[in-house]
Amino acid sequence: MRDVIRAATAVAALSLLVGLGRLAPAALEAQDQAAATPAPHANDDCMMCHSDPETTRADGTSLGVDAAKFEASVHGQLGMACVDCHADVATAELPHAEKLARVDCSTCHADASAAFAKSIHFEAREHGKGEAATCVSCHGMHDILPSSDPASRTYALNLPNTCGSCHGNDTLITRTNMQGGNVASQYADSIHGRALKAGLIVAPSCSACHGAHDILASTDPEGKVFRFNQVATCGTCHEGIKHQFDKGRHGQLLAAQDDRAPVCADCHSAHGIQAADTPQWRVDVIRECGTCHVEKLTTYRDTFHGQVTNLGFARVATCADCHGAHAVLPQSDPASPTHPTNRVAMCQQCHAGANENFAQYDPHADLHDRSRNAPLYYTARFMGVLLIGVFTFFGVHTTLWFQRAWREAAASRTPRQTLPAESVLPPPPHAGDEEPKGGER
Amino acid sequence: MSEPRYVRRFDRVHSVTHIALMLSFLGLAATGMPLLFSDARWAWYLSRAFGGFEMAGSLHRFFGTVLIVVFVAHIARLVRRVVVDKDYSIFWGPTSMVPQPQDLKDLYANFLWFVGKRPRPTFDRFTYWEKFDYWAVFWGMFVIGGSGIMLWFPTFFARFIPGWVFNIALFVHGEEALLAAGFIFTVHFFNGHLRPEKFPMDLVIFTGRMTTHEFEEERGAERARLAAEGKLDEIAAPPPTSGELAFGRAIGTFGLVVGVVLVILIFYAVLT
Repeated sequence: MRDVIRAATAVAALSLLVGLGRLAPAALEAQDQAAATPAPHANDDCMMCHSDPETTRADGTSLGVDAAKFEASVHGQLGMACVDCHADVATAELPHAEKLARVDCSTCHADASAAFAKSIHFEAREHGKGEAATCVSCHGMHDILPSSDPASRTYALNLPNTCGSCHGNDTLITRTNMQGGNVASQYADSIHGRALKAGLIVAPSCSACHGAHDILASTDPEGKVFRFNQVATCGTCHEGIKHQFDKGRHGQLLAAQDDRAPVCADCHSAHGIQAADTPQWRVDVIRECGTCHVEKLTTYRDTFHGQVTNLGFARVATCADCHGAHAVLPQSDPASPTHPTNRVAMCQQCHAGANENFAQYDPHADLHDRSRNAPLYYTARFMGVLLIGVFTFFGVHTTLWFQRAWREAAASRTPRQTLPAESVLPPPPHAGDEEPKGGER
Repeated sequence: MSEPRYVRRFDRVHSVTHIALMLSFLGLAATGMPLLFSDARWAWYLSRAFGGFEMAGSLHRFFGTVLIVVFVAHIARLVRRVVVDKDYSIFWGPTSMVPQPQDLKDLYANFLWFVGKRPRPTFDRFTYWEKFDYWAVFWGMFVIGGSGIMLWFPTFFARFIPGWVFNIALFVHGEEALLAAGFIFTVHFFNGHLRPEKFPMDLVIFTGRMTTHEFEEERGAERARLAAEGKLDEIAAPPPTSGELAFGRAIGTFGLVVGVVLVILIFYAVLT
């Protein structure tokens, strides 16, 4: 190791001499204008040492810089010098100190830096979570490409992998107690993730919902994914759905800033969003409705529709089939499919030939509510009594019979041969005598 | 020991009726219970074992049809006995299924025996618990069968019947099914088969025959009555063949095992 450093130092010293020689005219010019300010180092000076990937720091990490990649990068294309970013070594004596100042991107990227300074990543770093992303975590260092470049880490099609290097790293997620868990894998399985992976550039990548530099916590009222901002965020693409949602009861509650109002991710989940026509989603979303509409879910589960979907089959009516998905309206609203005037048509969607009578069937019948369906209520009471009565009577009957028959079987096995024929029936019972024999068997 | 002699208790139609009743009932219970206990994990598997809910539903309707046919055939046989044979004994008397005052006495006597207050009572052709089983099927046929047909053709029945009746139909169909399955797979199994005197099963319903020894012990009243009428010889029967016994054991074991498994699943679902 020491040899390597020594070699590097020697190379650096040599290159310094050569470099100074080349820079001499410029240096002299500068000297003319101002006091002895040494000229900043040119890229080639740096590459004297940094071109060799074998050259390592004291900790063994390579200090090589791929010149070709840098030349191809957005900064290289602009003709920027190494020292434009590594300003602290611009005029330092070479070889420079091993520890350099952190590159300050804000020198040029003031807006992005200001946005980042509000972000949850920045905040996490402030709170000592050094693993939280900073500029280079997403953009890379010397090979930064414009985000419009398909090879860029921040190109929309590549972004899930970039964010996923942390948000898909289970070890890191566990160690840092990262919010949301492995969202990268959830996203990869989602309809958004699959569409993006298939190359659909309009499919939302991470930044479409979360923003890029100014990613905020979902609890931050300013954030794009904050409860009350979610509908607007999703609505940038799903605009028609947003209009429906806003008209519905859920949308009205949300507009009134009511905490009970469900927002997009409550039903669809945040990252694992599934296509709404998959059987799995049709069946799973019922539970989501049930988190608020507890009693409605209970009564639904008492019906054929609710039982079949509970078994995981999606070919019967779920909540949205009758109530609508986004424009959920109260039954009293004439536009609601569950409004009495619309109910026959609603049932007919599945039950061809359904009539007024048919539509009177209560798909949320409550056995305990006498006012809703008194005959059902009394039928339920009657059946309850019948079941309890029958099972109680025959429970006692069977238990008594069993203990008696058991004792007799036990008793008759031993003395059977010696008894006269008539006495196949047991002798008058002495429970105390006979029980142990039964118990031993 | 001399060869046991046999008497005939059931004819072949009785046996076939019971087997068809039993198989269709087991099929109905197995295909219907997953819906009633849709929360249970086993219901998830069982509904898929039947090929999904549509296939389970088709099987359920098939078994239901079989059971209705069995029921109608039984009624037709009774009607024939009355109309053609002018046999009115089915309405009243010791061989009638209609509950008799004697049944109350038998029930009382049996309870006394249970608690050791008297020797074991002996019965006539049908005991009170057998009559209960029989009428439970009748009641169940109307309640479950009637509601089942309504739910099978809802748009047709909705032409005459208001919607709230369907709520009742759906409810009683499941509840009565629970009662029937719970009763058959515990009480009937015990009374008919699993009790110590019969364990593991009584083959009389499958072979139609029982030994004279059993007949005397269990059906003493019937034996005495037939002896008084001089009809004892009429019921003497040859012993069941080994094939008949093997068939009875196989189908009886099948029914008992399926039923016990189902009732365990029901208990498990109710308790968890």
